[in-house]
Amino acid sequence: MALRYENYLRMNHIPHMWCPGCGIGIVVKSMLAAFEDAGWDKNDTAVISGIGCTSRAPGYLDMNTLHTTHGRALTFATGVKFARPDKNVLVISGDGDASAIGGNHFIHACRRNIDMTLIVNNNNIYGMTGGQYSPTTPLGAKAATTPWGNVDPGFDLAELAKGSGATYVARGHVGSGVQLQRLIRGGIEHHGFSVIEVMSNCHTQFGRRNKLADPVDLITHINKSSVNVARAKKMSPEELEGKFLIGLLHHDKEKAEYTDAYAGVIERAQAGLKK
Amino acid sequence: MNKVITANHAVSHAVKLANVDVIAAYPITPQSSIVEELSEMCARGEVPAQFIHTESEHSSMSACIGAAQAGARAFTATSSQGLAYMHEMLHWAAGGRLPIVMAEVNRSLGPPWTIYTDQQDSLSQRDTGWLQFYCRDNQEVLDTTLLCFKIAERVGIPAMLVLDAFVLSHTYEAVNIPDTKLVDKFLPKKDAPFIIDTSEPHAYGGMMNVDCWMESRYHLQKATEMVNTVVEEETAEWADLTGRNLSPLQLHRMDDAEYVILAAGTAAWTVTLAVDMLREKGIKVGGIGLWMFRPFPVEQLRKVLKGVKRFFVVDRSVSFGHSGIFAQECRSALYDVEDRPKITGIIAGLGGREITQTGLATEIENAIADPGSDLIRWMEVKT
Repeated sequence: MALRYENYLRMNHIPHMWCPGCGIGIVVKSMLAAFEDAGWDKNDTAVISGIGCTSRAPGYLDMNTLHTTHGRALTFATGVKFARPDKNVLVISGDGDASAIGGNHFIHACRRNIDMTLIVNNNNIYGMTGGQYSPTTPLGAKAATTPWGNVDPGFDLAELAKGSGATYVARGHVGSGVQLQRLIRGGIEHHGFSVIEVMSNCHTQFGRRNKLADPVDLITHINKSSVNVARAKKMSPEELEGKFLIGLLHHDKEKAEYTDAYAGVIERAQAGLKK
Repeated sequence: MNKVITANHAVSHAVKLANVDVIAAYPITPQSSIVEELSEMCARGEVPAQFIHTESEHSSMSACIGAAQAGARAFTATSSQGLAYMHEMLHWAAGGRLPIVMAEVNRSLGPPWTIYTDQQDSLSQRDTGWLQFYCRDNQEVLDTTLLCFKIAERVGIPAMLVLDAFVLSHTYEAVNIPDTKLVDKFLPKKDAPFIIDTSEPHAYGGMMNVDCWMESRYHLQKATEMVNTVVEEETAEWADLTGRNLSPLQLHRMDDAEYVILAAGTAAWTVTLAVDMLREKGIKVGGIGLWMFRPFPVEQLRKVLKGVKRFFVVDRSVSFGHSGIFAQECRSALYDVEDRPKITGIIAGLGGREITQTGLATEIENAIADPGSDLIRWMEVKT
């Protein structure tokens, strides 16, 4: 059944502020469709964001939403999840928000393996503030603060998540909405910290400066740069040069989830008191 | 050379003229165009500075502190939440006596989110030890930036120049950009007193015991008190070089004033317009634009308010549970003066709500007619 947007959006806040052709719309739609597929109740769900174009999403969602400060979405979310471990917590963030100013919280949420789902719309740039380079801007790419090409090596967010202890790590892109929806659903159904990185297009701030000003060209470029994780196994390192993997990259069902582990501490402490 | 530029770009031009060594910044609306322009200038080789694009404002100030400690002239710019996030490092810069200069674009603090102007962000940093200067227009922004470097380096205290979001930051005006020779003469490179010198190694920032820590703050206060004289000298030299006068209190029609209005930032220009409107009605009103906020110009204020009946202080900030922050400062400065005016605080223009000349003139007329409401009045608020 087609997704009924009015079930999930604050229709009186539409039209949104994103540029025509922006990838964030696809990310939000995929998220909502995954949410519906998983059969979650929106009233039992909190969606939390920080700052940036992507972080404007909760403003349009008819759910329990918190639009917080730059980089801190995961810490607010950790507080929410700790206060109500029985509820669902989704965090939606951009590359600047999640990996620059919020990079510290990103690795610690992964390390704790707290049961939340983080969706990172990675468009390789700070969109809202005017196209400054981010920790995922490719080497050599132009941005408002790197008019002659970026020299800062970037993060591989999925690898960072995996290395930091996240137990569900996937990557999709905005040119493949159905796959993205499936990956997000896997993340929200996973009991532990899930990171879904979405390679996305900001043609306005990134594309315009890098000869990819047309959203279709930029999404095509993203599509051509992606290789499915199963297919990549049959490819040589030379063939994979300049490509990124998509699909489920890491899934660990064994590691203890943090609120469960903490409930165990409470149980042990209370048993100790009764002795 | 005269150019039509935004106030943000006036900052960039001043920083270019100041020959800074290190710029470290993080993007935030409405500051971003200051450092974007600087990154262009650096990339084109016009500014021989190292430009560091950090991962947060906290890191920007930390990088400036490191640079200044190594003897570099360091600059950053921020706004609102970014400034709040820097808070810890602001104390560190002042405590370390490092003459860093920062452009701070006045924007309200969330929640709810907004990007428009008020003075809550900078005034919340009042007690960090930073010098603060509030600008009324683009020319003052350029001049103040250069003066900040000079003053900060003379006393070894960081300085913040403050400008209104959008109303100033993104508005184009004609600005005189002085030539390099003039600025080189005014602002020669000066070694800060406490820097890393490999020929004479020192340890900075280490643990200090109860027998001497307090003195570090005594000296910071004493140096801040000296700023009054330093500002007098430096603004006089700047006036000699450029013909442009700046002073801690910028006065308008004060000679026979019975009533006086004070504001800072662009609202200070609005004050002059409201004063002119009220003068036409025969009300003897004068205006003060507060340029220097830290140190607070206590003596100057006492002097210009002699014989004034009532003093109206316009605040784009609130110290919740008391009153506007400028109003408190003025009240405290005047308390020991015997013949002091009655002071009325007016909260106006929070979150970018426009302060118009007619709105302000009406508010002042109402306040004159109502001698009872002295601590706090709210201009044009929907209650």
